[in-house]
Amino acid sequence: MENSLMTLTYHVSDNDFTRAGEASSDVKNKLKKLGVPPDIVRKVAIAMYEGEINMVIHASGGDITVDITPDKIIMELKDVGPGIKDIEKAMQAGYSTAPDNVRSLGFGAGMGLPNMKKYSDTMEIQTVLGQGTTVTMTVNMPE
Amino acid sequence: MTVQFIKELLNARVLAGNEILDREVYTACGSDMMSDVLAHVDDQSVLITGLCNPQVLRTAEMMDIVCVIMVRDKCPDDAMIKMAKDRNICLMTTALPMFTACGLLYSAGLRGGGSHGK
Repeated sequence: MENSLMTLTYHVSDNDFTRAGEASSDVKNKLKKLGVPPDIVRKVAIAMYEGEINMVIHASGGDITVDITPDKIIMELKDVGPGIKDIEKAMQAGYSTAPDNVRSLGFGAGMGLPNMKKYSDTMEIQTVLGQGTTVTMTVNMPE
Repeated sequence: MTVQFIKELLNARVLAGNEILDREVYTACGSDMMSDVLAHVDDQSVLITGLCNPQVLRTAEMMDIVCVIMVRDKCPDDAMIKMAKDRNICLMTTALPMFTACGLLYSAGLRGGGSHGK
């Protein structure tokens, strides 16, 4: 991407709940080292972490690309999972299609997508049933 | 209050982060649902939880939480203790149940984050 200061790519493993979050953790550390303001770092970390967890729960993993530019941080989370049947419902706080065993792990409260939207400045979802989902989120750098 | 004060109030055992017991904390969140914790980014510096898995520490890491308290004597494994150490998070465990632990902390002056904390 034009103006990119750094591009990071990660593969999120299939169903490996123990390791879910490693990519977000790495991004958080790299942004901190680049001197990005703490509130921006936290927004990126939480939005991406929720996305990473979603990929593990719903889509057997996937791939994440993070582009860091002087103006914004762009996260693209791409999976080849089942797709999202009803995006409007999925965006409602509390609506979840996660299996019960995920709730015992502390997730599946229906807050994943709402949290991702809350902490990003823009969020776009492209989804095709049976083919997969790509979520693109941006977090703007301060003026 | 300090993390040390919390340790004494809850009669907790510190598993990681002895070196940050002097840190001041002002707000807390008690939950077993990590997405609920992630929904309120209000500088909540203490997490009280009955959940005992690595995602608790990942959540704490993303939120810049200073201290994680496991209730009902939940005992994290060595990998979790190492995760807490690596991330400079104070990890402690108390025999108290969630309601009592939260009540004691609230009575001592700790508050919930954001607009819910007043």
